[in-house]
Amino acid sequence: MGAFTRQLGCIKRVIHQSQVRYSSTHHHVCVIGSGPAGFYAAQHLLKLRAAAQKPLQLDMFEKLPVPFGLVRYGVAPDHPEVKNVINTFTSVLKNKSVRFVGNIQAGQHVTLQQLVNAYHAIILCYGATSDRLLNIPNENLITSAREFVGWYNGLPANANLPVSLKSCNTALIIGHGNVALDIARILLTNESSLQGTDIAEYALKELKNSGVKQVLIVGRRGVLQVAFTIKEFREMVKLPNVGWDIQTEETVSDATLEALPRARKRLTSLILDSCKTNQAASPEKSWTLKFLRSPEKVERVGDKIHVTFRINKMEGEKAVPTDKLETIPCDIAFRSIGYKGTKLFHDLPFDEATGVIPNNHGKVVDGIYTCGWAGQGPRGVILSTMQNAFDVAKTVSHDLDGSEGSSVKQGFESLNISHRVTHYDDYVKIAEFESKTGNKLTSIDEMMRVCNSV
Amino acid sequence: MKNLFILLLVCLSVTFHGEYEWQDPKSEEEVVNVVVGDKDGNKFNVRGKIGDNLLYLSKRFEVQMEGACEASLACTTCHIYVDHEFLDLLPEATETEEDLLDQAPFLKENSRLGCQIILNKQLDGLKVTLPAATKNFYVDGHKPTPH
Repeated sequence: MGAFTRQLGCIKRVIHQSQVRYSSTHHHVCVIGSGPAGFYAAQHLLKLRAAAQKPLQLDMFEKLPVPFGLVRYGVAPDHPEVKNVINTFTSVLKNKSVRFVGNIQAGQHVTLQQLVNAYHAIILCYGATSDRLLNIPNENLITSAREFVGWYNGLPANANLPVSLKSCNTALIIGHGNVALDIARILLTNESSLQGTDIAEYALKELKNSGVKQVLIVGRRGVLQVAFTIKEFREMVKLPNVGWDIQTEETVSDATLEALPRARKRLTSLILDSCKTNQAASPEKSWTLKFLRSPEKVERVGDKIHVTFRINKMEGEKAVPTDKLETIPCDIAFRSIGYKGTKLFHDLPFDEATGVIPNNHGKVVDGIYTCGWAGQGPRGVILSTMQNAFDVAKTVSHDLDGSEGSSVKQGFESLNISHRVTHYDDYVKIAEFESKTGNKLTSIDEMMRVCNSV
Repeated sequence: MKNLFILLLVCLSVTFHGEYEWQDPKSEEEVVNVVVGDKDGNKFNVRGKIGDNLLYLSKRFEVQMEGACEASLACTTCHIYVDHEFLDLLPEATETEEDLLDQAPFLKENSRLGCQIILNKQLDGLKVTLPAATKNFYVDGHKPTPH
């Protein structure tokens, strides 16, 4: 609760950055993307350059008018404590050597060549903004989990996602990761517990009228291979008035369990114990965890969506298909099998198959670096991204030592951006507006109107 | 709902995380000394007091502990190892803390989250070590000031 106020508590107006002039001895560095990877890279680079007493001007580019990426648009609204990291990130934004430049799309408003001409180092931290696909017929009948998360979090690009939950009874989620559990939890949780969070207002309204009573969460492998973590799973067995059915179909021997590494052991034990847990006699809603099923086709049958799964068996860590099929009817189906990175610049190497910018310890080519999901692939908790960003910042700093601050590189001013970008002050205006109204702004036009208001 | 936000805004503006740790011990009886070791073998002597949260105390003394979620048990960025001699003196980790530790890289038997350790006199001389995968860096190398 109080997500907006928490953000606002730590931000104060600063002098408009463009009023500051820099000497030619400054190194100019730009960070593309303002999510956790961008902020942690910026934070560490600032620290290293300050310690070496080397002047630095760091420009942080963001396609949206507001910063924080997945912290604002990916973390579930009922996990406000995870968003506390915004306080640390805001201290980076307030640093006198940092300029936030929002509402600017790299690759579109500014080319890679322009950036190379203007900056001594470019750090690409723009995350992963598309989906891994199932590659099965009629996949368009399936809702992207990433877009659904964007929808309930008020991400402008997903605010108009056609979501109609009123006539839904059964939701099917394909995937066994934390995003799958986030969606299941949001669909099953009592809507009143989401009030006062930073969930989008339209999403709260839709969830209030939702008819979803049953959520099926289906994975292709077994109970020992789930990708979600114990914290998220434990929340599932603690949802009030929600029952569950865990259909493991496998036996895990005590010896197998004992031999597992700690985290996997605790998670598996909790899943297996939860199979036996007493539940409320007549829960209002329920979820079912199904394993060993790979989707093969999707069909619309009347009002329903039918997803047909190939039943697998496990051979070691590998799912091997059997000749058995199972068709599961549902009202809405989600694809939650992972995010995938996208190409931002046509003239920079990009691995289309993995969706990652090829790099050697964060270095793409001379002067261009990447960290976070853009360079590592979309996985891991915030700690992994932080560590990777710190390491890459160290490399950048080391390379900057080898290059003199050159007057040829002039940073942001030399880009001659003519359209209305946003700066930290504008973000403060948006945050204040959201705090005042208690609602997250969910369109870029609305945000820009607030930025331009007196 | 609007009123709720304003109310919270007022509340939050007067309470700060980690403010208590900025108060010096009032007497020697209150002092709890802690030694924090980093992965490079450097040792930092931290003079804390009864009731201090180890995460915020470390921040005050510029010892490298991140604490991204600000002690709200939602991340693992203050993961530390507690010297075995002191491990049993700490209250057992809660289920939530254990769940988070499961996600921490380089987990050991003596892993804990720094934000969950509140100093008491028994813990005087406490030794903790930072794992290889957590570092903290102050922006611009500034001396931290209490908010």
